[in-house]
Amino acid sequence: MSTEMLDNSNNILSTQEIKDSKKNQRRRKLLALFFVTPLVIFIIVSFVLPIGTMLYRSFYNPTAAKLIPQTLSALSQWDEKSNQIPNADTLITFTQELKSLAKERKAGKLAEEINRSLPGSSSLIKFSARKIAKKSDQNLAEQGDQLLLALKKDKWKNPKLWRSIKKSGAIFTDRYYLTALDLKRNSEGEIVQRETKIYLKLFWKSLKIALYITLLTIIIGYPISYYLSTAPTKTANILMVFVLLPFWTSLLVRTTSWIALLQTNGVVNSTLQSLHMITEPMDMLYNQFSTILAMTHILLPFMILPLYSVMKGIDPSYFRAALSLGGKPIPAFIRIYMPMTVPGISAGALLVFIISIGYYITPALVGGTDGQMISNIIAFHMQSSNNWELAAALGSLLLGLIIIIYWIYDRFVGISNIKLG
Amino acid sequence: MFPSYFTFWQKMGIYGLRLVAWATLAFLMIPILVIIPLSFNAEPYFTFTQGMLSLDLDAYSLKWYQEIWNDDKWILAIKNSFYIGFWATVIATVFGTFAAIGLTKSEMPLQSAFMALLISPMIVPLIITAAGMFFFYSQLNLAGSFTGVIIAHAALGTPFVIITVNASLSGFDYSLVRASMGLGAKPVYTFFKVIMPLIRPGVISGALFAFITSFDEVVVVLFLAGPEQRTIPRQMFSGLREQINPTILAVAVLLVVVSALMLITMELLRARSEKIRTGV
Repeated sequence: MSTEMLDNSNNILSTQEIKDSKKNQRRRKLLALFFVTPLVIFIIVSFVLPIGTMLYRSFYNPTAAKLIPQTLSALSQWDEKSNQIPNADTLITFTQELKSLAKERKAGKLAEEINRSLPGSSSLIKFSARKIAKKSDQNLAEQGDQLLLALKKDKWKNPKLWRSIKKSGAIFTDRYYLTALDLKRNSEGEIVQRETKIYLKLFWKSLKIALYITLLTIIIGYPISYYLSTAPTKTANILMVFVLLPFWTSLLVRTTSWIALLQTNGVVNSTLQSLHMITEPMDMLYNQFSTILAMTHILLPFMILPLYSVMKGIDPSYFRAALSLGGKPIPAFIRIYMPMTVPGISAGALLVFIISIGYYITPALVGGTDGQMISNIIAFHMQSSNNWELAAALGSLLLGLIIIIYWIYDRFVGISNIKLG
Repeated sequence: MFPSYFTFWQKMGIYGLRLVAWATLAFLMIPILVIIPLSFNAEPYFTFTQGMLSLDLDAYSLKWYQEIWNDDKWILAIKNSFYIGFWATVIATVFGTFAAIGLTKSEMPLQSAFMALLISPMIVPLIITAAGMFFFYSQLNLAGSFTGVIIAHAALGTPFVIITVNASLSGFDYSLVRASMGLGAKPVYTFFKVIMPLIRPGVISGALFAFITSFDEVVVVLFLAGPEQRTIPRQMFSGLREQINPTILAVAVLLVVVSALMLITMELLRARSEKIRTGV
């Protein structure tokens, strides 16, 4: 029976027609790709590659490899477990490279790199570079190894130092990630925790601030969204302007307003003082409180808009049915109405949480020291301390965190449920 | 005004809800409204003076607005913001509209993967984007140039164009395109005379989103722009950090006016787009 049908269907279209339809299909596919390609190329070049190179920078560290390339290639032949120092030729190569580094004033850079894998070795390398630089090329080529070993009481005879030099030559490093996670390697090369936690604390604080803001926007946004969704369309449209105008207003304007409101001599303090409710102005600006308050204000529309659009789509007769069947208003609201608004809450919560965790401007302006978030320390390492690699590692961790949150959301709710405006 | 069967507590609940809702709207609006009178303060303070409260006309002045006009830095910033915003919007809108048309075609392979890629500039925190662009654009000698900032802002604006154009294409009837082609119109003619008029509200609102994204953006500018490319938000940022004076409030009020205009345009477009879709 089925073969008969297949035969029949084959007879409907000739081979030529099938071929044509396939060709047509391919043509349409190419046409669709043709439309998308310009933007894909643009986004890859202007956005994906920059972020890719940043990620690469967080574990790619060729500094030492560029400074002493020949020594490192000679060291690759050396058996580091042998408890012996490398052979004379390697040492001579090293002194020659050290000399040229000293001439170019780059010995300090090498010392810094090696000091990272063996703390305390920096001064020895700088000292040796100064001494070696005074010797002639001829002298170094003939007995550079002995000259080096004679410096500073046998310190160069320690295989541990040579192991560190070899290690510092590795092109890829996990060092910045270890620092970003408040970890380090001890002298035996094991990963141990640092005494003072900086970055983990900051990640934790950013998560906490983002969570507070998300909860606040849900608590504040839920009643207003419900009110807007049940109000007559005309009223709702007018009131919606009060939500949309802040949404469209520059976040710098809104941050400025909060500075004007919360300053020591600002509007809130002077109002309270003239009402004799307080005698001394309160410190409300430049702390965690002002960061959370200003960011809640800035991000509230991102909660209200998805909540409103979900609530608008809920048939009010469900709730009325629950009431008429004898349900008490509050339990009926919690058990019938609220579960239907979960898609709105979760979409709003995702938006608010993701935006707030990577926020930079508002904490930088009103956060003081106590309201700083992970973005601010990334900017600090980019601009002030010039530790770009650490900034890249912290940025990659933040990006990873956000991708995980998205992935979880997509698994359980679905990204396509989010709509704009 | 309430149905007679409502109990006392139900009425109280509705009054309570109304109170909370209005309080929330006040919380949203007061910080924006409060800067308007403050920007007319004759004294260099961020608060209401006694004179302002007693509505003494001498306590008000336009001098902070004059200050903007007389300060070359602000004038340059205003010019830069519009210049960068304009070109970023043009690039984002052209690329974004084309891509959205391709993405909504049912023949498009790997649709969701492409969508995720093209939406990603909206999702990645700005500080990460800014840091990455700073590393990369410096190598291409684009840091500290208008080209660099414009490209960066265009990339940030495209997701909004894609989303809005996608939405306006969702109800698009492709048989109109076939009809046009069947009647002998060339593809380019069909695009401008059939597709474009129908998706125009979506394209314009996407363009407005892209413009406001560039106009408000400060993190990327902070990292990527030199002194020549300072924009309004960048100038406000350094003003707020270094020496606060009410000129910033005057600028802020002007920006509120700009966003109000944007909002009105958006609402008009939305009404029009609904008209097109429902055909009424």
